[in-house]
Amino acid sequence: MNNKTNTAPNLELSRRGLLKAGGAIIVNFALGARNAAAQAVPVNLVTARGALDVTDVDSFLMLHADGSVTVHTGKVDLGTGLRVAIRQMAAEELDVPLERVSLVDGDTGLTPDQGSTGGSTGLTRGGVEVRQAAATARAAMEKLGTGVQNGKTFKLKVDPKAPLKDPKTYTVVGKPVPRLDLPNKITARHTYVQDVVVPGMLHGRVIRPPALAAKLLSVDEASIRAIPDTRVVRMENFLAVVAKNEWAAIRAARDLKVTWSQWEGIPSSDAMEPYLRAAADPARSVPDQAVATKGDVSTAMSSSAKKFSASYYWPNQSHASLGPSCAVADVRADGATLWSSTQSPHGTRDNLAKIFGMPKNTLRLVYTDGAGCYGGNGNDDVAAEAILLSKTVGAPVRVQWMRQDEHGWDPKGPQQLLDIRASLDAQGNIAAWDAEMWVPANVPGARPLLSIDAAGLPQDHGQGAGLMTQNADPPIAAANVRVVAHMVKDTPLRPSNLRAPGKIANSFAVESMMDELAEAAGVDPVEFRLRGLTDPRAMAVVKKAAELFGWQRRTARRPQSQGNLMIGTGFSYVRYKQAENYVAMAMEVSVDRTTGQVKARRVACAHDCGLVVNPDALRNQIEGLVIQTLSRTLHEEVKFDKSRVTNVDWSTYPILRMTEAPSIEIALLDHPEIPLNGAGEAAAVTVPGAVAGAIYDATGIRLRRAPFTAERVAAAIKGS
Amino acid sequence: MPIYKFQLNGKPTSADSWDPAQPLLYVLRNDLGQHGPKFGCGLSQCGACTVLVDGKATRSCVTPIRQVEGKKVMTLDGLGTSEKPDPVQAAFIVEQAAQCGYCTNGMIMQAKAFLAENPKPTLEQVKQGLDRNLCRCGTHVRILRAVMRAANA
Repeated sequence: MNNKTNTAPNLELSRRGLLKAGGAIIVNFALGARNAAAQAVPVNLVTARGALDVTDVDSFLMLHADGSVTVHTGKVDLGTGLRVAIRQMAAEELDVPLERVSLVDGDTGLTPDQGSTGGSTGLTRGGVEVRQAAATARAAMEKLGTGVQNGKTFKLKVDPKAPLKDPKTYTVVGKPVPRLDLPNKITARHTYVQDVVVPGMLHGRVIRPPALAAKLLSVDEASIRAIPDTRVVRMENFLAVVAKNEWAAIRAARDLKVTWSQWEGIPSSDAMEPYLRAAADPARSVPDQAVATKGDVSTAMSSSAKKFSASYYWPNQSHASLGPSCAVADVRADGATLWSSTQSPHGTRDNLAKIFGMPKNTLRLVYTDGAGCYGGNGNDDVAAEAILLSKTVGAPVRVQWMRQDEHGWDPKGPQQLLDIRASLDAQGNIAAWDAEMWVPANVPGARPLLSIDAAGLPQDHGQGAGLMTQNADPPIAAANVRVVAHMVKDTPLRPSNLRAPGKIANSFAVESMMDELAEAAGVDPVEFRLRGLTDPRAMAVVKKAAELFGWQRRTARRPQSQGNLMIGTGFSYVRYKQAENYVAMAMEVSVDRTTGQVKARRVACAHDCGLVVNPDALRNQIEGLVIQTLSRTLHEEVKFDKSRVTNVDWSTYPILRMTEAPSIEIALLDHPEIPLNGAGEAAAVTVPGAVAGAIYDATGIRLRRAPFTAERVAAAIKGS
Repeated sequence: MPIYKFQLNGKPTSADSWDPAQPLLYVLRNDLGQHGPKFGCGLSQCGACTVLVDGKATRSCVTPIRQVEGKKVMTLDGLGTSEKPDPVQAAFIVEQAAQCGYCTNGMIMQAKAFLAENPKPTLEQVKQGLDRNLCRCGTHVRILRAVMRAANA
């Protein structure tokens, strides 16, 4: 990697490329050179490229006169390393050196719509479509007998049959190439959406009600008269302040005297389990979904000698982005530009265009990195607020949420409740598996945006939180299986997709039950899984994780002790979505006998996602998934009373700290010959099952309700 | 408006503020072109806004501008460039110790102050030293490796 490409932001590269290609007009919002003395980050906008169909090679690739290439992808890098991976895939397929390939992601004016960057589809769709366009381009160039086409467009349809390179010949894909964005992030030269400045830009802050659906009764504008250059914007129950100075906006939002109505309309977080069970009433819900049906569960269950039954609860959790959601909007008479770090640039643009009555092609969303979002956090809400305020005040407006907004109001990864009944046959195999879950029903349409509802503007009221019902059946052989999902229509907080939606909770329940079955069968947890697997890739990850960890075979608990610490080990396995990655994980945890604090000490993970594009970026993802899911497993639960979310900062909604970080060993089982799968979610799924198994091994206590907070564990130890 | 004078990254700097209680963070970001320090919580809980004030790791989101009068403020922006990174930055680059990078500013500035006082720390000491800085992407193990690498450089 040379220093030149290190320092050049990707938009910059593509801008130069465009200039060289000729014909491009640069709209420059620069306020000054980007150096230590600069007042603002320049925002360079390349003129929109017009229609960008995913079936056209030119939508993805721009080959410049100097032999360099710009890749355009509608998928976005949410901090995952997607950019370097897609550059690698394009460079490989085009036979162009990696440093000659730059990339633009998620600008609706420049990139084709490749769908939201969710569900681990960044590479499986984003990268694969770019690769196929590159293969089509290479075939066309070979036919012409030329190298990289000098600045010309292809005017070619992507050929789905264009031959791909033999993975055996790869020289770029499969290499741990460093990410280009990191040196800039590490030296404060990277432009985040929080850093975007547009000339004349004002700062907005939204004032939230004290209860989810409280009505705005009165506002005393005189209460902020002393704060300079500040105005109040009010539309029905939407209330905001806009100011020249950011601190003035923050102070005004804090000091403005407002009267709201009282409102209580949701069950509290402590009452969710009975609420969900009652909500399965057909009158309040939508029809059950049969997720999996195999054999005859009832007969098999009644004829089994050893039966088990347990309920598991996974709480409401926040995306808890480290930087609160932020957006900048510049609405003008002839169109609008929006800088946003949404995971879904095209989808969000379409939805906002519909809400604000703009033709789609007059609203341009420029994806700009934000803090990690891990799904649908507050990004779309804040984007709508920036547009609403810019449109109202007639100036560009930057809106950033405060900490209590993000924790209190981001749409949440919903709670999940599972009942599992299972039985063993005489040989110690799973005879019957009967699982029920309670998850939010899917309602078509976009998720409602907070301030659009508050302002009384029409919008979709869809509901969805991702594919939540997968991975609730056993990941090993079972002759009789039934998995039913009760689809709950009314959930207290807006549900949203949060990394590996549903599957973390499901696997937590499944692996915990598997652990009980293995123990009852008198079989080692690793052995129990291997006995029920025939797929060689599945068996390989299970064996590899056990080997990497140094798994000690055990047919019953074998706790260790170190002073006040009880130490145990746990094991977990999943095939993500029953169709994608294979992940196995072994873990050692300690439990403090007195305080109840659980600490993961070491983690071993074996991971098979087919072809590995960039092993270092992949390891970074897996490490992050382990740590983040440990955090969710041990600490995180959104609490709410009948009116609102009550834990709205890091002291009341803690996340995993440095002193709690385990050592993590990872084995990547690379299969270049097997199509790749995305890896931004799968390794999360095995975490809670391994933790719960290890806590049981250490203490003899089966925890079936996450998070495993110190208080909860201490109480369980006391009661045991 | 009152004017506050201090050193920013080794250079004499002045900034005015309509409110003497305005946190340093907003002055740095909006008036002085600094983009290292980030707003994370405004509550001194996450560390994303960390800068050095007279060499001490300081949460700029809760430090009133008037408190830095006459002091030396150092930000990530002034630490080094990708061509000439500071040793801690260089270690973060080698270890690829970031995902979204929003916490990175705080991790590096906290590590700078920590290593100045603990030049040869153990891993456990580094964990303690960075325990009040939060990372949501879960880049913990890489950050710890990077700080250990910088310490041993």
